[in-house]
Amino acid sequence: MAGGPLIAAAASIRPALEEISTRYNEVRGESVRLVFGSSGTLANQIATGAPYVLFLSANTSYVQWLVGLGLTQGSPVTYAEGVLALYSRSGLLGETENPLMALDYALQNGAVQRLVIANPEYAPYGSAARAALEHAGTWTRARQVLLLGANAGQAVQYALQGDVDVALVPLPLARLAKLQETGQLQALPKEAFPNVELHQQMVLLSGADQKTREFFAYLQTIDSREIFMRHGLLAPRPANPILQP
Amino acid sequence: MDWNAFYLSLQLAAWTLVLLLPIGIVTGRWLAKTQTRARPWLQAFFALPLVLPPTVVGYYLLVFTGTRSPIGEFIMSWFGVSLVFSFPGLVVASILVNLPFAILPVQRAFEGVSNELHDAAACCGMTPWQTFTRVEMPLAWPGVLSAAVLTLGHTLGEFGVVLMVGGNIPGETRTLSIAIFDRVQAFDPLAAGHMAGFLLLISLVTVALGYGVLERRGQQRQKSA
Repeated sequence: MAGGPLIAAAASIRPALEEISTRYNEVRGESVRLVFGSSGTLANQIATGAPYVLFLSANTSYVQWLVGLGLTQGSPVTYAEGVLALYSRSGLLGETENPLMALDYALQNGAVQRLVIANPEYAPYGSAARAALEHAGTWTRARQVLLLGANAGQAVQYALQGDVDVALVPLPLARLAKLQETGQLQALPKEAFPNVELHQQMVLLSGADQKTREFFAYLQTIDSREIFMRHGLLAPRPANPILQP
Repeated sequence: MDWNAFYLSLQLAAWTLVLLLPIGIVTGRWLAKTQTRARPWLQAFFALPLVLPPTVVGYYLLVFTGTRSPIGEFIMSWFGVSLVFSFPGLVVASILVNLPFAILPVQRAFEGVSNELHDAAACCGMTPWQTFTRVEMPLAWPGVLSAAVLTLGHTLGEFGVVLMVGGNIPGETRTLSIAIFDRVQAFDPLAAGHMAGFLLLISLVTVALGYGVLERRGQQRQKSA
C-alpha cells in the first residue's frame, strides 16, 4: 500500500482530485491517499479525531468550523468555485436559455415526478440547489416531488439510476457519472443562486507535515487549477495567487 | 479488485476471531451455567448488536472512544493508539458487534451438556479443568464452531459500524465492504460488481465449509453411537 499524506475531500471534487494526485505522482514521485465523503461528514470525522492532514471542503463553513475548533494550521485557501448543474431527462425541458423557467413550467404541468437535490441542511450543493429553486420561484412546487440525497454523490447516484426527471447536482460529479449521456446537462450560472456561495476551501490540519504542505502548495499551481477547471469547476473568486510549480 | 482491502478484511476477521472466541467460550459457558437473576438482562445486553442499527453502535463508539473523550484520551496516552479511524479501533468495534454471534451459539451448546455428566466426571476423579477440556468442550464443539463461522462471516460483511468508526482510510480501515461502497460512490459499477461477487463467493464458501464440518461431525457421532 502506498503511504503518503491522508487527505479528506468533498465527494463533489473526486474526479478532479484523483487526476491531480495522479499527476502529482508523475511529476514529483510522491503519492497521497484520498478519502472522499460529504464535507459535513468529513468535518465531523476530523473533529472526532480522524487522522487526516488536509481537508478540501465544498464550501467555507465547515472549514471555518474546524478553524474555530483549533484543529487547523495556517490560513484556509479557496481552491475553486463550485458549479451547480441541472440534469433533466431527455426531451423534458427542450433547448432553452433559461432551464429553471422551463423547469417551473414542467412542474406546473405535472411532467416532473421526481426532482433530486442533496440535503440542503448539510450538503453545500444542496443548499445551492434549494436557493436556485427559490430564486426561480419554483421551490414550493418543487417540494412536492423532492427527493433528498444524503450528499451530492448520492443525489447523482439517484439521477444515474433513472426514475428521476430532474436533478440539481455538482457539475464535476454529474460529468463523472456521465449524466449527459442519459439526458440533458446544463451548468447553471452563479446568478441562478445569488445568496449561496460555493467557495470551495481547503485547509491544512493539525497533523500536516512537510509532505502535506508540498501537496497543499501543488494544489495551488496552474497545473492543478487547470485540472479543477477541466472537470467543471471555476477559478476562485476573488482571485488567488497561483503558486509556481 | 482491491486486494489490499480484501487483505485488510481478512486481517480484521482473524483478529476478531482470535480475540473474541475465548471471550465467547468463557461468557457463553458462564451464561449457560449461572443461576443469577440478571441472566435475561445480560443475555439481552449481549444480543443488543443484533437489534441495534449499526449507526447506534457506531455513534456510541465515536462518542465514548473518540480522541476527545476521556476513554479515548486515556487509551491514547497509555497505549498510543486511537480507537477511532484506525485498525485497532476497528478490531474493538468488530469484537463488540460480533458478541452475539460468538456468545449465543456457545451458550446454547453448553446448555446442552447435562449436569449428570459433570457429576459423573467428578466421580471419576476429574478436576473441573479436565471436565471442561475432556467432557464439555468436545460436546460443545459444534456450538463453538458455529460461533466461529458466524463471527468470521459477519466480520467480512460488516459495513455500517466500520464506516462510522473507521471512516474509509485506504490500507487502514477500508475493508472490502467499504471498498465496494467507495467504488459505487465513484460511479464505478464494474469494480464494485467484481468485488461484490467476490465477497459473495467468499462468504458462501466460509459458511458452507462451517456447515460441512458440523454435518460431518454429526454423522461421525451418530456412527460411533
